[in-house]
Amino acid sequence: MTDTATNTRQIPDRLTSRTTRVFRSWEALLLAVAIAIFIVNSFASPYFLNAWNLSDATFNFTEKAMIAFAMALLIIAGEIDLSVASIIALASTAMGLAVQYGAGTPELVIIGLTVGLLCGAFNAVFVTILGLPSIVVTIGTMSLFRGISYIILGDGAFRGYPSSFSWFGQGYVYWVITVEMVLFAIIAVIYGVLLHKTNFGRSVYAIGNNPTGAVFSGIRVQRVKFILFLLTGFMSGVAAICLTSRLGSTRPSIAQGMELEVVTMVVLGGVNILGGSGTIPGVVIAAFVIGLVTFGLGLLNVPGIVMSIFIGLLLIGVIALPRLWKMAAEKRRRA
Amino acid sequence: MMRMIPVRETILSAAILLLLALIATRFSGFVAPSNLANVFNDTAPLIILALGQMVVILTRCIDLSVAANLALTGMAVAMLNVAVPGLPIPIIIAIAITLGAIMGAINGILVWKLEIPPIVVTLGTMTIFRGIIFLISDGKWVNAHEMSEAFTGFPRAAVLGLPVLSWVAVLCVIVFGIMMARTPLGRSIFAVGGNPHAAVYTGINVGKTQFLAFVISGALAGLTGYLWVARYAVAYVDIAGGFELEVVAACVIGGISIAGGIGTVGGAVLGALFLGVVKNALPVVNISPFWQLAITGSAILIAVAFNARSGNAKGRIILKSAQSSS
Repeated sequence: MTDTATNTRQIPDRLTSRTTRVFRSWEALLLAVAIAIFIVNSFASPYFLNAWNLSDATFNFTEKAMIAFAMALLIIAGEIDLSVASIIALASTAMGLAVQYGAGTPELVIIGLTVGLLCGAFNAVFVTILGLPSIVVTIGTMSLFRGISYIILGDGAFRGYPSSFSWFGQGYVYWVITVEMVLFAIIAVIYGVLLHKTNFGRSVYAIGNNPTGAVFSGIRVQRVKFILFLLTGFMSGVAAICLTSRLGSTRPSIAQGMELEVVTMVVLGGVNILGGSGTIPGVVIAAFVIGLVTFGLGLLNVPGIVMSIFIGLLLIGVIALPRLWKMAAEKRRRA
Repeated sequence: MMRMIPVRETILSAAILLLLALIATRFSGFVAPSNLANVFNDTAPLIILALGQMVVILTRCIDLSVAANLALTGMAVAMLNVAVPGLPIPIIIAIAITLGAIMGAINGILVWKLEIPPIVVTLGTMTIFRGIIFLISDGKWVNAHEMSEAFTGFPRAAVLGLPVLSWVAVLCVIVFGIMMARTPLGRSIFAVGGNPHAAVYTGINVGKTQFLAFVISGALAGLTGYLWVARYAVAYVDIAGGFELEVVAACVIGGISIAGGIGTVGGAVLGALFLGVVKNALPVVNISPFWQLAITGSAILIAVAFNARSGNAKGRIILKSAQSSS
């Protein structure tokens, strides 16, 4: 129990070649799973292999994945944000409120993004300036942000969004390519570059692996974490715009429980929940896996709450299985 | 350190009394003994669950699945009651506690044997348990007229002027007070949270203690599951939805450190009572119940910030006294 902490950070004697690493990686395994699910689904339901249906299916994951990219960085840096779904609720409520005062689409977008950023900053202040654990802070803001939505809306709903606003969640760029898919792709590339190709990305890994070491290497740890919370809030704002635009109405229960699916997506993508490792391509493939599975189950008339059992099992399973595997391997070595 | 804890409880007691006094200036009926007994009875499930959550948090874990556990056990015993109406209440209670403990043990095993972070485990089991309620009930409700009279009557039966539900909470508080202060398990729970490495060297199995904490939390959730369903005489998929946040809030307000090792039974009870008074006062002072969620959230944030402050001050004092003594 006590020596496992040191075991996990072992440095191997020699590195394996690049190709073996690519093939043996978590991402490669995940991609194989995604392809397998795709094939199984196309046999299980005759409606699966249809360009328009598949295009519709992407809505299952695009909004969540947008948040998942920012969440991946946050988790790699050793923090977590459980308030993302509540930020969506608050941002969506703010936009709905603005509509009642005659706001147009550009104003709505600005409001959605600003509320997201403000909520992110609120979390960041508590975590980085007051030095509180992010799990408790974001459990608190999770009920605070959604609570404000409930105060404003009660059991009512906001409707009457301008028709041009529906472009984000319902628009098509070309043929079956939706606006959200394009947004998803652009955001994936931006976060991929940010994490894997910039100094900022390197410092995120450094902080996750050894916060004290990061401080001594001259990384401004608190400032990086502050930015990461801002990014997560901002992406929740983007997701709020897409989701509100797609649904065309706001209730305070909007996006309830989405934080779980976002965290599941990140963990399924191979990000270590304890921080320090993970990749954006992994999260992209995980998004497709979750999207394909929920779409496939949906075609087979499986109700949403039963799918959530599946998401819960997936979350625990992807962490548990590699550990069980490792434990079994160690037992064999000893025997 | 021993001096800090009573201070925190005095502050919290004073805050509750002040709150009651403020409400009493405008609505004197609220502080009538009969109404206060009602408030206590209404807060009883929160108190019971906060005690379980306290034990889990003390060992540096967190249990977000308590509300789902409560709902699943509640639905299971309600359906059992419909299927076998003659089943005596003690057996139903035993089944509820066992079911809850099994669900707690699932959390505990995953944390103990696989070393998965508790937040991930219980986020996962939270949705899984909710989903299972839908599977076993097919999304249907179990209503009052389907339950037997003994089943719904038990938590409401009055003994010495208080309903059984309140007495169960009182009993739990006493049992936990003794357990935390006077038994090896109670001491090892504090030791595991206070310093896991030191706990190992004193011969305490850290993982096993965390496992037991989850079993205790689960068993209490199971017990509350029956009491909840019987008291409100209805069971459906979403009962006690989001209640886990209130339970965590009660603990944090009660001064239980989320970093583990620091906290008292009295703190957890007072934290729960504080939330209970606020919740019951809202309709009286004419504030919409929709404010409850935001108030819970703010209370968590204020309490956790306050705890960190007092923790820092304590650290400095120890450092100073160490310096002066050397």
